[in-house]
Amino acid sequence: MKKLTASLFITALLLSAVSTTVSATGGAGVEHSGANISDTASLQRGAKWYVNYCLGCHTLSYMRYNRLAADLGLSEEMVMQNLVDSNAKFGDTMDIAMDADQANSWFGKTPPDLSLIGRSRGSDWLYSYLRGFYKDETGGWNNTLLPNASMPHVLWHLQGIQTPVYRQETSESGFTHEVIDHFELATPGTQSTQEFEETARDIAAFLEYVGEPAKLKRKGVGIWVILFLVLFTFIAYLLKVEYWRDVH
Amino acid sequence: MAKFASSLSKQTGAFMNWLDDRLPVTSFWNAVMTGYQAPKNFNFWYYMGSLALLVLVIQIFSGILLTMHYKPSAAEAFASVEYIMRDVDWGWLIRYMHTTGASFFFILVYLHMFRSLLYGSHKAPRELLWVFGMFIYVALMAEAFLGYILPWGQMSYWGAQVIINLFGAIPKIGEPLTQWIRGDYFISDATLNRFFALHVIAVPLALMGLVLLHLVALRENGSNNPDGIEIKKNKGADGTPLDGIPFHPYYTVKDIFGVGMFLILFSFILFFWPEAGGMFLEHDNFVPADSLVTPVHIKPVWYFTPFYAILKAVPDKLMGVIVMGASVAVLFFLPWLDRSPVKSIRYRGLWYKVLLGLFTIAFVRLGLLGMAEGTPAQTWEMRIWTLVYFMFFVLLFFLSPRGKTKPEPDRVTH
Amino acid sequence: MSSDDVNKGRRRFLVATTSVVGGVGVGLAAVPFIKSWMPSAKAQAVGVPVEVNIGKLKEGQLLKVQWRGQTIGVLRRTPEMISELTNVEDVLADPESVEADQPEYVHGEQRSLKPEFLVVNMHCTHLGCVPQMIPQVGPQPFDDNWNGGFYCPCHKSKFDLSGRVYKGVPAPTNLRIPPYSFLDDRTLMIGVSPQGAV
Repeated sequence: MKKLTASLFITALLLSAVSTTVSATGGAGVEHSGANISDTASLQRGAKWYVNYCLGCHTLSYMRYNRLAADLGLSEEMVMQNLVDSNAKFGDTMDIAMDADQANSWFGKTPPDLSLIGRSRGSDWLYSYLRGFYKDETGGWNNTLLPNASMPHVLWHLQGIQTPVYRQETSESGFTHEVIDHFELATPGTQSTQEFEETARDIAAFLEYVGEPAKLKRKGVGIWVILFLVLFTFIAYLLKVEYWRDVH
Repeated sequence: MAKFASSLSKQTGAFMNWLDDRLPVTSFWNAVMTGYQAPKNFNFWYYMGSLALLVLVIQIFSGILLTMHYKPSAAEAFASVEYIMRDVDWGWLIRYMHTTGASFFFILVYLHMFRSLLYGSHKAPRELLWVFGMFIYVALMAEAFLGYILPWGQMSYWGAQVIINLFGAIPKIGEPLTQWIRGDYFISDATLNRFFALHVIAVPLALMGLVLLHLVALRENGSNNPDGIEIKKNKGADGTPLDGIPFHPYYTVKDIFGVGMFLILFSFILFFWPEAGGMFLEHDNFVPADSLVTPVHIKPVWYFTPFYAILKAVPDKLMGVIVMGASVAVLFFLPWLDRSPVKSIRYRGLWYKVLLGLFTIAFVRLGLLGMAEGTPAQTWEMRIWTLVYFMFFVLLFFLSPRGKTKPEPDRVTH
Repeated sequence: MSSDDVNKGRRRFLVATTSVVGGVGVGLAAVPFIKSWMPSAKAQAVGVPVEVNIGKLKEGQLLKVQWRGQTIGVLRRTPEMISELTNVEDVLADPESVEADQPEYVHGEQRSLKPEFLVVNMHCTHLGCVPQMIPQVGPQPFDDNWNGGFYCPCHKSKFDLSGRVYKGVPAPTNLRIPPYSFLDDRTLMIGVSPQGAV
């Protein structure tokens, strides 16, 4: 009994030590995306959006077309006709023929490969980033998550053009500064707000999948591994109890 | 059927005789397994050692397979890891085994060391056992650090940058020493290539040798137990300890059960949560190493953060490195700092429970603070806990000979 | 410890069950490790079919191309070469290519889709060297009655101009024929069988 109280006491202390620190990941402005990589239809739409709007600049140089087809339930013909716009072969990775020098002169730098953006940033960040573009006072594109990003809002004709509405905020140290309160839709796009949220969610889900294609498979394998181990452990427990009857 | 079985067992026996004449198989088995008497009152904490050995085996097997696909060059390393994750059949599983195994190795070793603090397993006559264990721990830290650079992501690169520059704090030889370690003026292909060699062969060899020494030293005096009394003091008429039971079959079957429980937990992380929320695999490490862009928030992997916090707590570069080194080095001397007449926490007074409790909280808090961004308030907190960390050893040295104890029992309790 | 009430049968059963289930577990765990040695997705992508332009290939000329790291020979045989194939049958080990590793759709002495074009895996079926083509008919240092064919310098195996192996040489079977098909008269696809064929 004493032992139990002591260990409970220690556990409680440790838990209280843990609970106070861990900072929330993501940070300000990141919203929950609801992206679901088990939703194949969403991944298919996301792939289509990505190929049409993003792949022109951002390669996915670790992602193979044939893997995409197998994981997203698409046939070779569908992929080759709808998603492959170059002379790439079915087994090739999703690269583009854009010239690095040209890209440099357009954007000031080569647009990064996005194969792993789903892992380094996460789908919530991507979802919020895609919805966070607005026209600022200079008349140029800006983004709430990546201020002064060199990337233009390529989906603007879907979403429309947002402009910010500011409010004053006083910080703890007494300084007042302007922060974005919310956006107004200055020019509507071809999609409604809900439709565009759906689009952003599909692209975020697609990139999360591209970040780790094995994710689709590993959970399915994991269930069987754990079930097997539970069976093994149960038998091992019976074995242990049987032998330890000698000792107790 | 029965006839066949008996003839089979006769032939097996004949083969074993043949073998024993040439190799001491049976006598070795008897000496370390069936003939080895272990205390019968082991509890939960006594699973950690055998499980750490299991993880070592997992790391060796998965590591060998990874080296078959990994390319230790700055130009190819990052891509070859993604090649393993995507193009190699089951490559993702093998890599996650290795990354999850690395973190679990430390979890087990920390619990294993904590067990020693609970029951005084480091005290005489097991001082060398503890010292070998400490060498294993230091080798493991080196192994983990070297392995962490291999994926060649941003955290690999900048983590290595910070750790290697710690050596630069040494007066006079610091700068040339860091160049010697890197083989270049910055962390480069040469650094990666030599760290790979150290990670896959040099340190593992040392580690296995140390584990062997640790086990030999363990079998020499036998295991301690939660009561901290020597079972050899109470021997029966036949000369075997009254509170001992043969390691085989009793602890082999118990450890097999422990392995099952452990693998369930291990698989759960591996298959459902391999990044562990950025603790086991850090988000920034999925960005290729870039010597021009420093990540906003650099921190080591979780198992180094307590010592990293101690480093950050000290406002001087050289002193920080010395204090951090001392925080690891002091552990080597634990057997001689702990002068208590009893081993187990069960028979020590409240003073030890308070000391150990504070020490544990200090270690965990430092670990968490080491991960945090580092506000001024947190820096002060780190200083306080660093002080608590070191005070544990000072107070232990002075309080342990005179602190209150309870009478130890003659026989182990249940 | 009393051994009186020990249920030995139950113990033996549990030891056996744990061993078997544990053994199965280790076996299953070994599968990913073993499978990781198979050609990766990248290797498979590099191993995709190869297109070969044969429009400019002259009669009697041998073109070597790489497919899955293997040297594939494309030989445009002259009518004389084709007619010579029937003359060597008595010195061949397997003139009907019964034992040979080749697709169903190539058969007979010509071992090809079109008699004019021999498509053959050039690696000797003995130990993998690449034989030389020696098309001249007449005595050679290694054979007094040479009818033209392939000669392996490594261990002196001999093959005719359909890649069929001679008797009494170390190579056990005829040279292998990879799957292939014609896209049109001038283009060959190595690695893909003709539509509908196996």
